Amino acid sequence: MTKQQRLFEVVRTGLAILIALVIALVIILVVSDDPGDALYKFLLGPLGSFRHFGNVIELMIPLVFTGIAISIMFSAAQFNLGAEGGFFIGAIATAFVAIKFNLPPVIHPIVAILFGSLVGSLFCGIPAVLKVKWGASELVSSLMFNYIAFFFGLFLINYYLRDASAGAMVSFLFKPTALLPKLVPKTRISVGIFAAVALVAVAALFMQKTRWGFRIRLTGANAKFSQYSGIDTNAVVVYSQVIGGFIAGLGGSIELLGMYTRFSWQNLPGYGWDGVIVAILARNNPLFVPIAAFFLAYLRIGADIMSRYSDVPNEFVALIQGTIIILIAASSFLAKYRHKLVFKEATRAVSAGGDR
Amino acid sequence: MNQVLSLIFAPEFGYSVLRVTTPILFATLGALIADKAGVTNIALEGIMLIAALSGVVFSAITGSAGVGLLAAVAAGGLVGLFLAYCALKLRTDIILSGIAINLMASGGTVFALFLIAGDKGISSSLASKVLPKLTIPGISSIPVLGTILSGHNVLTYLALAMVAVTFVFLYKTPIGLRIRAVGENPNAAASVGIGVTKIQYMALALSGMMAGLGGAYMSMGYVSWFSKNMTAGRGFIALAAEAMGGATPLGSLLTSLLFGFFDALSNTLQLMKIPSEFVNMLPYAATVVGLVVYTVQKTRRERVAREAAGPTGNAAASGNGATR
Repeated sequence: MTKQQRLFEVVRTGLAILIALVIALVIILVVSDDPGDALYKFLLGPLGSFRHFGNVIELMIPLVFTGIAISIMFSAAQFNLGAEGGFFIGAIATAFVAIKFNLPPVIHPIVAILFGSLVGSLFCGIPAVLKVKWGASELVSSLMFNYIAFFFGLFLINYYLRDASAGAMVSFLFKPTALLPKLVPKTRISVGIFAAVALVAVAALFMQKTRWGFRIRLTGANAKFSQYSGIDTNAVVVYSQVIGGFIAGLGGSIELLGMYTRFSWQNLPGYGWDGVIVAILARNNPLFVPIAAFFLAYLRIGADIMSRYSDVPNEFVALIQGTIIILIAASSFLAKYRHKLVFKEATRAVSAGGDR
Repeated sequence: MNQVLSLIFAPEFGYSVLRVTTPILFATLGALIADKAGVTNIALEGIMLIAALSGVVFSAITGSAGVGLLAAVAAGGLVGLFLAYCALKLRTDIILSGIAINLMASGGTVFALFLIAGDKGISSSLASKVLPKLTIPGISSIPVLGTILSGHNVLTYLALAMVAVTFVFLYKTPIGLRIRAVGENPNAAASVGIGVTKIQYMALALSGMMAGLGGAYMSMGYVSWFSKNMTAGRGFIALAAEAMGGATPLGSLLTSLLFGFFDALSNTLQLMKIPSEFVNMLPYAATVVGLVVYTVQKTRRERVAREAAGPTGNAAASGNGATR
């Protein structure tokens, strides 16, 4: 991609976000009795206090994990939506180790997180294997497996890890040795953020500089071509999803040990679906994932603050997200300008070549 | 175990199978029509939700269940058209468009519900209407069959009728032929003057209307209210049912009934001492197992056909792994 094309993509993304925000503005104007205040809370609320900005960073961390997980699977053109279930079941596996095992500090969270990640990778690997062996659509089977993971996870919590003395349906407290230490006082930001930063770097290197990453991208771009160039595309299909599941499970584990002291989720947390938005915003490039995750987290927290202090429910953010997905993934959106750009470059290249 | 069997073989169980199959069947037929035109409608889940809410709201406003039903079907058709616009005009990948619509539907319906009914969970403050149940004279007096077949919601009968209607539409009408031609090979269809885009727009609109009927059934028949994310993955199950049904109307009916059976079974087993989580898992697990069994058989059949055709067939069929 040339510099100009990259600039064009930035402009295109910005314009898509702008259109989505204009839609948000219209909705707020229609719905709210005090639209000025609601809009102020939505756009600037997250900057209003240290705690609120901390919330943005807290929410950004799981989004980085699922965003990268989805980016890698989508890069191989695998529409595995199991990041949702992988995140959840990974967290369940981690909770199991954090409650049942007695291990020294440092080692305990590492073992718990590794176990959670492995469970996540197994989970996302199943649809991949079903696909390469028998051609079952990974899209459909991963959607079904998300529900299975959810109910199975709740079963494990309810029958093996449930703290009967607590009022709600929650697990026992994690062993203190398993918890990830907090990094920033007065927030719930844990050392897990270092893992997120490291993951971004490793994933970017993996996708851009290793042959495995290259094979994933090539298979995603043109599976038949890859096959004819001697790449074992079936292996690529499987390992891209196993890696994606590993990262999703990693995210769930770190989220759980960094943010909570017991397992208390009653629903699928939805970070897997959010990962789709993040991956699309980031164009499946791990380096852009943190920016996209920050943006989405900011939007969410802004909407939460707005719904708390005004009369606009926070679910309206779903409409903005959908608009952004559609516009950014739309190859016709501003395509005319892209054609002009490509044409201009091509003619320049031709005339430059002619001079020589 | 005996208790389970006696519950399953009771005629009431047959009745409840048909009852829970209805929304899945509508959605599966919706998936089928789209698939025949060569487009994947993964937005069925969101379309059903939007239609379910539209039905409740419009029937509450007008006091007429019929208007609610029309509104639900219209909403389904409109969202189908919107999906077509995103995928065919804006050229967003149709899977991503579907995901976007599902996200917008699950949040947007809660948003709208809160504005209209003042509650984020359930529409009980709205005086919405329910579609009538039909007692079929003659059949209703037959002992076992009458209990199973009679007294259903009018939409349950419509769903069964739609299997035949869809069959006739797809296989016996000129438009159906065009839809199948477009799905089979769009370039060939275009070369004989069929407007591929137009046909796909139409198929997605019809697919949306079919899912809209399923949504209307959810909130105006299955239960008498709208609640948050009430479709609970039925739109996704429909995709699996359609694939497993071999992309035919009759196959869709049979697989929908199969998932309806497991859905009804999970409702029945709630009464027994089985962890409810396992029971809730049943329809989804059955879907996966069904999908795998179907695809295993399909690959085996294809392998047999290939071996019968001789060694030349091998190279062409081995590249299936990574292509969709």
